[in-house]
Amino acid sequence: MSFIKNLQITPIDRVAVEEKVSRLNKRSIKKESKMQALKLALSMVDLTTLEGKDSEGKVQQLCQKAKSPHPSVPDIPSVAAVCVYPSMVRIAKNHLKGSRINVASVATAFPSGMAPLSIRIDDTKFAVDEGADEVDMVITRGAFLEGEYNLVFDEIAAIKEACGDAHLKVILETGELHTYENVRLASDIAMEAGADFIKTSTGKISPAATQPVTLVMLEAIRDYYYKTDKMIGMKPAGGIRTAKQAIQYLVLVKETLGAAWLNKDYFRFGASSLANDLLMQIVKQQTGYYQGLDYFSVS
Amino acid sequence: MSERVEIQKTYKTYVGGAFPRSESGHYYKVVDSEGDFLANACRCTRKDFRDAVKVARSAFGGWSSRSAYNRGQILYRIGEMLENRRDQFVKELGTIGFTKEEADADINASIDRLIYYAGWTDKYQQVFGSVNPVASSHFNFSLLDPTGVVSILAPENSPLLGLVSVIAPVIAGGNVCVVHASEQYPLPAISFAEILNSSDVPGGVVNILTGIRSELVEHFSSHMDVNAIFYTDSLDKETKTMIDELASNNVKRVVKKIQRDWYEEDAESPYFIVDFQETKTTWHPVGF
Repeated sequence: MSFIKNLQITPIDRVAVEEKVSRLNKRSIKKESKMQALKLALSMVDLTTLEGKDSEGKVQQLCQKAKSPHPSVPDIPSVAAVCVYPSMVRIAKNHLKGSRINVASVATAFPSGMAPLSIRIDDTKFAVDEGADEVDMVITRGAFLEGEYNLVFDEIAAIKEACGDAHLKVILETGELHTYENVRLASDIAMEAGADFIKTSTGKISPAATQPVTLVMLEAIRDYYYKTDKMIGMKPAGGIRTAKQAIQYLVLVKETLGAAWLNKDYFRFGASSLANDLLMQIVKQQTGYYQGLDYFSVS
Repeated sequence: MSERVEIQKTYKTYVGGAFPRSESGHYYKVVDSEGDFLANACRCTRKDFRDAVKVARSAFGGWSSRSAYNRGQILYRIGEMLENRRDQFVKELGTIGFTKEEADADINASIDRLIYYAGWTDKYQQVFGSVNPVASSHFNFSLLDPTGVVSILAPENSPLLGLVSVIAPVIAGGNVCVVHASEQYPLPAISFAEILNSSDVPGGVVNILTGIRSELVEHFSSHMDVNAIFYTDSLDKETKTMIDELASNNVKRVVKKIQRDWYEEDAESPYFIVDFQETKTTWHPVGF
C-alpha cells in the first residue's frame, strides 16, 4: 500500500486561494444567523491546554468549563472535546464521565515528533489506554520536506493502527511546510494513510492556522470525498482567538464542503481563548451590551 | 511653476497610539464660529468604542504598573509638548471664537494643569493611603489601586482646557481611558492626541473618539469591560438616569463633577485622582 505509486502533486494557485478567502471574509453574518453561528462554533471547540505547567487542577477546571461554559446563561452548548497531553488523559476522562465531551490527546512526541517511531507508537497506545477518544498526532516534517513521502505515509498508517477505535487527527504543522503545494500534498498523504481529521498546527509554531491554509486543506478534503466518498474532518488550530475569525472559518467550510461538514463530527477549532470570546459575543447578542472578561471563567 | 495647493489636515480618531478613521466611514460637519465649514470629523460608532475599550484594556496592565514617578514624568512631558505646539492651538482655538489672549490663557492653564497632576502622581498615595489603628494584633493599611478603564464624556464647551482637566487626573492615577471629545468642537482634541502620541504616553492609555454624543452615551455607560464613567457637563434627567442604570449592570463608578468654569480653583484637585481609585486594605498579622 505504497502511496508514492499514485502520487499526484496538485498545483495551488496562491493568488486565487488568498483572493477567495478575502472575498468570503466579506460575508455579513448578523442577528439570528450570527447567534446560530456562535453557538455552532462553540460546540466545535476543542478546549485545549498543552503547557509544561499543566496540572491536575488546571485540567479539572478546563473540563468544568467544557461541560458548562457559562452557567448563568441557558442554551449554551458544551464544547466538543478537551485536548490535553497523554499524562492528563485519565484525569480529564474521569472528570468528563457522564458527559458527551470527548477527550483528545496529543501524542507521538508532540509537538516536534522527533522521537523513534516505536516510542511514538507507545505514546499513542498509552494515550488510548488511558481513555483518549481522539488522538492528535504530528507528522515528521523533516522527512516530508526531504521528500520521504512513503515514510510519512507509513508512519501515519502505523499510528492509525495503534489508535484502534480512537479517532486520528493528523497535524501537518503547516507553518513548517512553506508552500501551499506542500500543505495540499501532506493533506493528501494523511487522508490516504487513514486520518479521520486533518489539522493545521500544533499551536507551538508561528504562523499557526491561517484561513488560506485551511482553504487549501478543505479543498483537499473535498477532492478526496469526490474520489472515495469518505468524509474527512478538518481542524484548524492555533491563533484563532475571536468569534469573528471563527465565523469566517465556518463560512469557508460551508462554501467549500457544504453543510454536511458543519458539525463537531467533521469540524473542530483547536483553541483555548476562543471559547470565552464566543461566549462574550453570545451574551452581547442577548443583552445588547459589550462584555468584559471579568464576568467569564478563565479557560 | 503652478500655484501651491494648501494641504488640509484630515482629522481622524486616536485609538491605541494610532490615528484610524471611524470603521463606519461616516463623518459629521464641524463649523467655525461664523458657521462656515471647518472640517469633517469622524462620526464614531459603538464598534469604534468597542475597539477602543479593547486596546485600552490591554494597555492598562502596563500603564498601571509604571512607577508613579514615571507617570509623573510622562504627564510633565505632555505639558512640554503642548508648550512647543502653542501656535497650532492658538490658531485652532481661534477658528472657534477664541481671541489670541483667550487662547493663550486656555493653553497656559492646560499646561499648568498637566504639571499640577504630574506632581501629584507620586504623592496622592501618601496623602490618601493610610495606616489604620485596629483593636487586634494586626498591622492594617490601605492603599489605592487604579480602577481600570474609564470612559469619559469630555466637557462640551471647553475643548482644550476641559479635555486636559478630565484626562490628566484619570491617567495620573494609573487608569486608562476612552474619551468622547466635545461634539461641537472636536478638532482640538484630535490635535491634542498628536501631542499625547509624541509624549511617551503608551498607545492605548488615552483613546479619543469624535462623534454624536447621543449615539455613544449608551455604550459608554453599558460596556461591561469599562470600570468607571466620568462626566462634567450637566445632563438632562433622562440621560443621567440612563447612565446610572446601565452603569449599575457591572457596578461602574459613575463620577459626575459638574464644572462650569475650568479656571476655577476647584477645577483641579487630588480628589479627582482619588475618584478613580479603589481602596485595598490589608490585614497583616504582627506578633507582640
